[in-house]
Amino acid sequence: MSDYNFAYLDEQTKRMIRRAILKGLAIPGYQVPFASREMPMPYGWGTGGVQVSAATLTPDDTMKVIDQGADDTTNAVSIRKFFEKTAGVATTEATAEASVIQTRHRIPEESLREDQILVYQVPIPEPLRFLEPSEVETRKMHSLEEYGLMHVKLYEDIARHGAIATSYAYPVKVEGRYVMDPSPIPKFDNPKLEMAAIQLFGAGREQRIYAVPPYTQVVSLDFEDFPFEASKADHPCDLCGAEDSYLDEVIMDDAGTRMFVCSDTDYCASRRAAGHVGAQAAAAAQEEDAA
Amino acid sequence: MNAGVLKGGFANAPVDSSHAFRGAMNAMARPGTIEILSGAVPPAPLSVAAGVLLLTLCDPETPVALCGAHDCADVREWIAFHIGAPVMEPGKAMFAVGSWEALQPLEAYAIGTPEYPDRSATLIVEMEALSQEGATLRGPGIKDTASLSLPDLAPFQRNATLFPLGLDFFFCAGERLAALPRTTRVEAG
Repeated sequence: MSDYNFAYLDEQTKRMIRRAILKGLAIPGYQVPFASREMPMPYGWGTGGVQVSAATLTPDDTMKVIDQGADDTTNAVSIRKFFEKTAGVATTEATAEASVIQTRHRIPEESLREDQILVYQVPIPEPLRFLEPSEVETRKMHSLEEYGLMHVKLYEDIARHGAIATSYAYPVKVEGRYVMDPSPIPKFDNPKLEMAAIQLFGAGREQRIYAVPPYTQVVSLDFEDFPFEASKADHPCDLCGAEDSYLDEVIMDDAGTRMFVCSDTDYCASRRAAGHVGAQAAAAAQEEDAA
Repeated sequence: MNAGVLKGGFANAPVDSSHAFRGAMNAMARPGTIEILSGAVPPAPLSVAAGVLLLTLCDPETPVALCGAHDCADVREWIAFHIGAPVMEPGKAMFAVGSWEALQPLEAYAIGTPEYPDRSATLIVEMEALSQEGATLRGPGIKDTASLSLPDLAPFQRNATLFPLGLDFFFCAGERLAALPRTTRVEAG
């Protein structure tokens, strides 16, 4: 660890990021430009989230990193190891034990507390980017609060598919002012964006930081006759039996047998440890007993 | 230059500033919360919290305005040695430090532009005391309401109407720190 400055980044870079975080918290949902640094990992692997985490961590923190809800994927493991090595912080897989949680594309199932911080990795921070490629134009649209184009996009979803087909990175309006991309979390997670913890968003390649303070109003865009719906696979978890968690669909064999499991691995594991059993876990246990 | 200005910085900058930033971030994210900032001994009339805040957030890229009694040789030299921030007039400053009276008029500071509301000044207000009583606060970061002993009311109400433009405030008394972002709606308590 002594080979690195605490948390990898140099102090001047951290000050620059910290100033951007404070302005982001003061203007919820507004994307603050920052001078993103090259990190020892490729763009798309969470360089924005890593820089925000590095500027936020103290040596007393316990860190958790998840990728699509899982603690044990390559991305999550390598970022966790990165901070173990460069910041010397404790790490955990238990949501309740973590003080800083860096996440890619999920919000943990367990409600977060006031003493926790959630750091999102963001690929495209600009919710209007796929509708308007020019940064000059989108910046003007945000300044004029001109979000009609986004509603047209949602309307076209309804016209084509009969419902709002956007299922992840579902746009939200923060505190009645800025339309914000909540990063590609499933829209199932959108209602959780109003939480007790501080939420920070970092986009490394696009050089933007934004934030949502605790208890801030976050509304998913919708229409009166087509209200927002937080959807998930209509199935309980096959391992732990949870009916309220977001599920991954796993193809089991060439015949197309599938299995639905919690995307939040810590949530699923702690439920199983507490004795909850899902349909396929029960079947597997019976087979073992028979053998 | 007296030798005293060489002292009073962070003993372990990466660690001390990380704790200080978490305090500052928590204060800004939860208006009305009072945090304790320590680890530096700045020269009078800078409070400990204000000195720690400057060490944590300012560097040669951030013009700082020193107002009233804070514009003295001791503070200028301490900032020059420990922080390296250029001292400028309020209109060009990203940060300003002083008593509430000395920081006036607030119209002098940058409030950002419609395209870049983040290009606005952060004011560090030195206070005699700081407590969770007085004005009632509502807005992002506050569950229901919070209270804070603000030095005034009307200027903060005016500032909130400028949103998304506006100024953000830190309040310092000794080691105590609180903050008031532009989003907070202020009423008499």
